Amino acid sequence: MYGEGILKGMAVTLKHLFKKPVTVQYPEERAPMFPRFRGYEFVWYEDRCTGCASCAKYCPLGTIRIETETEPDPNVGDRYGLKVFDIDTGRCMFCGLCVEACPYDALFMGTGFERATYTRPSMVVHIDELRAAKKKPSAYARPHLHGINFEDETSLSSEEAGR
Amino acid sequence: MPVDRLATGCQPLGFWDGMGLWEQWGINFFPRLGDTMCRAMGGATPGGIPDWLIFAILGLAGAFAVVNVAMLGVPYVILLERKLLGRFQHRVGPNRVGFFGLLQPMADGIKLMTKEDITPRVADKLVFSLAPLVFVVPVLLMFAPLPWAPHAVLADLDVGILYIVAVTSAAEIGVFMGGWSSNNKFSLFGAMRVVALVVSYEIPLVLAIVGVVMLTGSLNLAAIVEGQRFVPNLLWQPLGFIVFMIAVSAELNRAPFDLLEADSELVSGFHTEYSGMKWGVIQIGEYAAIIGFSGIIATLFLSGWKGPAPMPGYLWFVLKMGMIISGFIWVRATIPRLRVDQIMNLGWKFLLPLALINIFVTAGEILAYPDGLPVWLIPVNFAFAAIVVAVAARLLGIQGQPRQVVPAPPVFETMASS
Amino acid sequence: MTLKTEPITVNIGPQHPSTHGVFRLRVAFDGEVIQDVEPVFGYLHRGSEKLAEERTYTQVVTLTDRLDYVAPMTSNQAYVLAVERLMGIEAPERGQYIRVMMAELMRIASHLMMIGFFLQDMGAFGTPLMYTFREREDILDLFEMVCGARITVTYMRVGGVQADLPPEFTPALERFLAKIPGQIDDLEQLLSGNEILIARTKNVGLLSAEAAINGSVTGPALRASGVDWDLRKSDPYEIYDQLEFDVPIGENGDNYDRFVLRLEEMRQSVRIVRQCKEQMPGGPHRLELPMLLRPPAGDAYGRVEAPKGELGFYLVSDGSIAPYRCAIRSPSFINLTVLRDMLIGWKLADMVTIFGSLDVNMGEVDR
Ligand code: SF4
Ligand code: SF4
Repeated sequence: MYGEGILKGMAVTLKHLFKKPVTVQYPEERAPMFPRFRGYEFVWYEDRCTGCASCAKYCPLGTIRIETETEPDPNVGDRYGLKVFDIDTGRCMFCGLCVEACPYDALFMGTGFERATYTRPSMVVHIDELRAAKKKPSAYARPHLHGINFEDETSLSSEEAGR
Repeated sequence: MPVDRLATGCQPLGFWDGMGLWEQWGINFFPRLGDTMCRAMGGATPGGIPDWLIFAILGLAGAFAVVNVAMLGVPYVILLERKLLGRFQHRVGPNRVGFFGLLQPMADGIKLMTKEDITPRVADKLVFSLAPLVFVVPVLLMFAPLPWAPHAVLADLDVGILYIVAVTSAAEIGVFMGGWSSNNKFSLFGAMRVVALVVSYEIPLVLAIVGVVMLTGSLNLAAIVEGQRFVPNLLWQPLGFIVFMIAVSAELNRAPFDLLEADSELVSGFHTEYSGMKWGVIQIGEYAAIIGFSGIIATLFLSGWKGPAPMPGYLWFVLKMGMIISGFIWVRATIPRLRVDQIMNLGWKFLLPLALINIFVTAGEILAYPDGLPVWLIPVNFAFAAIVVAVAARLLGIQGQPRQVVPAPPVFETMASS
Repeated sequence: MTLKTEPITVNIGPQHPSTHGVFRLRVAFDGEVIQDVEPVFGYLHRGSEKLAEERTYTQVVTLTDRLDYVAPMTSNQAYVLAVERLMGIEAPERGQYIRVMMAELMRIASHLMMIGFFLQDMGAFGTPLMYTFREREDILDLFEMVCGARITVTYMRVGGVQADLPPEFTPALERFLAKIPGQIDDLEQLLSGNEILIARTKNVGLLSAEAAINGSVTGPALRASGVDWDLRKSDPYEIYDQLEFDVPIGENGDNYDRFVLRLEEMRQSVRIVRQCKEQMPGGPHRLELPMLLRPPAGDAYGRVEAPKGELGFYLVSDGSIAPYRCAIRSPSFINLTVLRDMLIGWKLADMVTIFGSLDVNMGEVDR
């Protein structure tokens, strides 16, 4: 009463006037990402993938499209080759269930978050892109990757990534 | 005060009457400008050129200068507000355009000008387009009698403060026009609230000025500044200052009285339908009014362009204005908005009695000490103001209004049975 | 002569700054006084209940994130509890502790959001909102640490949680716990003694205990009316019976009580989180269950005390991999029942504060 509450509130705002702002000035500064961050650019290792399509089956949205074909392999007879492995990231909600479902540690969540595009079709990550992309997998559902360093420019090889 | 002033901005030569060293050294630009122009015209009464022409030319030039100062001030007041609000809210505020965000107002202006100017199909087009002008012109008129520095007055009116009170209330007509002609219910609510607000707050506003006028014995703004000889009026008139500040916040539609644009209730009140530069003009009007009114507060209560240290008068003036504006921003950053009926209560039951008490007390003090008030009255005044405010706040009561009983039947059929 | 007057009908929403999402109120005003109200909703209907019938039990967790997007953790929790009841299993103790901890952090975040928007609606220009968002940010950081996402967490799984707490979590949580009480105090100091706030909230939007019970109101809105009903105490689920905390109760059921009660609940939640951290047992965080669950045919109802009230999932299983039927009792939707009675007779400015004090989330209302 008597305006005392108002003055108290004004004191709180005045206190904040002299504090350093909490804003992270994005393009120059970046907030740290945590190892388990479920981000953009799925990381996919073709040599680990068996084309079992578990990931596609567990995706709640049917975002992953997989087509396989048998490839003759002189050493082991026929094997599955992957013809199509498309992730429509425009529909994906980054729930991570596909990564959790992959039994062979072939699919990982990415750690990026800057992939704005102008068109919807260009949000589909095709198999070639997945093959060529820098491999910086997130530790989501892969606890053995926990100590991973994000600042590192090198990508993780498939041996290092697997369990 | 010299009385042989020819016209606006044109002062007789050799008029410095010793307000600080800096003025004597001729760092005061405004009078210099008027002087030079007078001299260029051949003195105060040049032969051959009719007086009215000099009057008109100098008046126009002066008006041009003052309006431009006000208009240039607006973007930077907006920037100051955004920056300060940012810091009060623990963030940084605009800092991308130009160094430290200094070009942000320019970017905003360009954006506003290139934006599509939409007029609603059902709006009253003429009134809708006129409203921003009707809003902004009285606000700019307010700058005419403001004394920026000794003698740097565009129109040294003897009824200066009365004139200001008169023109500023005219601005609300523009608000009402805009709200009414938009043909939008939110705008209409905003417009209706404006009328109620202005009617109730104009009275304490004027009454709070009366105390100052009684102290100085003049309605002339420059004379009021001159009248504050040793200490600013604030010290003699703490109660009047409080009332005036609150009434001005209401007049300016600043928080906590911003109920005519109340964004959380009325989307954005009377200017909901405005866009592009029309909206920009309304914004300019609002912020120019803030500059103008803080100038008036500085003049009336903080001894205008006078200051304890030798510094050009207009610097003192601008500094005081900046402080008052920052105070407004600080209040806006902190406190929530009052409800309509509470604002009315505050105006009629709190401010009006306080203003009247202030008049009586001031009158008594002046009667008791006709040759100047003694210094010991300053703490007494402050103590008195504190007690009166506390008692009035107590009497006003701060509990919410009880719910209004609505006897009318339900309007909507679908929910009526529930 | 009597002037002919008629009420003016205004559409508040669906795109209005203070309807907290796409909510529409048709309001008949008599001047500024509300004469009648008709809430219209469904603008955010996404058919979550129907979608759940097409998803496996694990996949439905992603849908629950999107119900109350301000408090996804508690939605997750309610759903997984229902499935666990359906299957007759229980999560390991560590999993339960983690879940409760997350739910309480979520409660703090949700209440922070409510307080920020409530004060924003009252016209405190952005400041409380910025402060509460700053604090909420810390909680979302904790979530990101644990599960990789901030809002759409998808963290809880049937039989536990998706992953154990990472090593960097405990220090971060300690830092947060050291900071948050002071910040709550700041928030309280900022406005709760403020005369204008008191004038705007005290005795405004009264909801009597009787009316609240008749309208099936739950959560803080019910407790502010003086009814001691908190599922964490009255029907303890998970490990709540092993924790020590108080359930704050209001007196009048006005806006002020609903506001202050949430501040107090945040303090209690901090207490719970602290206890969880201290008592956290070792062991597995999750039962070893297959990705594809096939609960036996039957039905089950799982409910939790969500930040907004009692959130329940009613699941019917026919023994297949997807629920046969999933019905959601969303507190926001049911709390809206009393809205009309609460609003009539108040002014336009009170409308937004009363609506804000109920803390309704449209994602949950329209499901
Ligand atoms: S992250 Fe979720 S939505 Fe995206 S592809 Fe994987 S399972 Fe599908
Ligand atoms: S689940 Fe893993 S191994 Fe199977 S198709 Fe997907 S990425 Fe390949």
